Amino acid sequence: MHELALAEAVVKTAVRAANDAGIDRIDRIVIAVGALQQIEPELFRYSLTSVLATADPRVAGVAFDVRTVDVAFGCRSCGTTFGRSELEEVGDETALEAIHLVPELAHAYVRCPQCGSPDFEITQGRGVTLERIEGEGGTSDD
Amino acid sequence: MTESIDPRVVAIEDRLANVERVIAVTGSKGGIGKTVVASLLALTLADRGRSVGLFDLDFTSPTDHVVLGSVGGFPTETFGIDPVSVAGIDMMSIAFLSGRAATPLRGGDATNALLELLAVTNWGSQDLLLLDMPPGLGDTSLDVLRYVPRVEFLLVATASRLVVDSVRRAAALLTELDAPILGVVENLQRRAGGVVHDLADEFGLDSLGAVPFDESLEVALGDVRALRDTDAYAAVTQIGEESVGRPPST
Repeated sequence: MHELALAEAVVKTAVRAANDAGIDRIDRIVIAVGALQQIEPELFRYSLTSVLATADPRVAGVAFDVRTVDVAFGCRSCGTTFGRSELEEVGDETALEAIHLVPELAHAYVRCPQCGSPDFEITQGRGVTLERIEGEGGTSDD
Repeated sequence: MTESIDPRVVAIEDRLANVERVIAVTGSKGGIGKTVVASLLALTLADRGRSVGLFDLDFTSPTDHVVLGSVGGFPTETFGIDPVSVAGIDMMSIAFLSGRAATPLRGGDATNALLELLAVTNWGSQDLLLLDMPPGLGDTSLDVLRYVPRVEFLLVATASRLVVDSVRRAAALLTELDAPILGVVENLQRRAGGVVHDLADEFGLDSLGAVPFDESLEVALGDVRALRDTDAYAAVTQIGEESVGRPPST
């Protein structure tokens, strides 16, 4: 389950960001999970909680707010915007697993529904990002 | 936080924490045999008991697995993902995920693929991790310089003035950036001496050795037992023992 590795990375990154922002105790971490990576929010919350046991004490009582961002692609060839339905059309489990591990592999399996091009931009919903941390001593967001 | 943070960057340090040395096999010009040199180097070092990882960073044209005859195998998800074991080498390649599908990635996509795989691949304890670099000094080269701690560079060149001109630019950039350069390997050598040796002298680099042009190599590709019988393997073995595979100086 590579979600554990991503969860550990999120928590360590939050601790580092808290240090930079002068936050002594982290109460809440807001995380965006891109739908392209096909990570179940509940599974990811479980992973985040699992890694707390070995994490910095400053995150001991933290709450995780995990939100899913829908996937969107923008075709560089014809300008068409597309997304979830084209990802669902991939169908093949191995291909979807590959995209789960490396979202850029969408370029191997997804095509623009208008012109058939693989040359598209992943405009939103790619992977996991840390959006905001809140805690004692300060709040840090974008 | 002034903007969203990518957590993968922090994870990379942890993933490489128990890797003694990271060596990027590069040469900036295409078709000079970086893949063969990197793959044979990994093979000979593994044959001699070293723990070796091999990471194919040519995301649009990965072929290390072809050289070493990997029949495939999807990486296993654990706490991250595990490399695929091939002939005693821990390998990661985007080809393990994409199979024979084409992977048309622009530079930003290649950067994301690199960060993703660096952040989740369990390299564990390795004496060496070899990075097989794509041609050019584009996104992947700059990303390796930026994100891979303690990376050293091994330059591959052939005795073509076109190649030497290109590799000279790579050597100049790496020198300017104070990136450690192990030295230069001459590949596809037909006669000793010449422009590659001159290139090493120009930058004060070590000439690590030469790999002869070996007609038997093409037939041996994909068969590690046959590869071990090639002159190229013998030459790379010497380079590995004398230069690359030796323990880092303390």
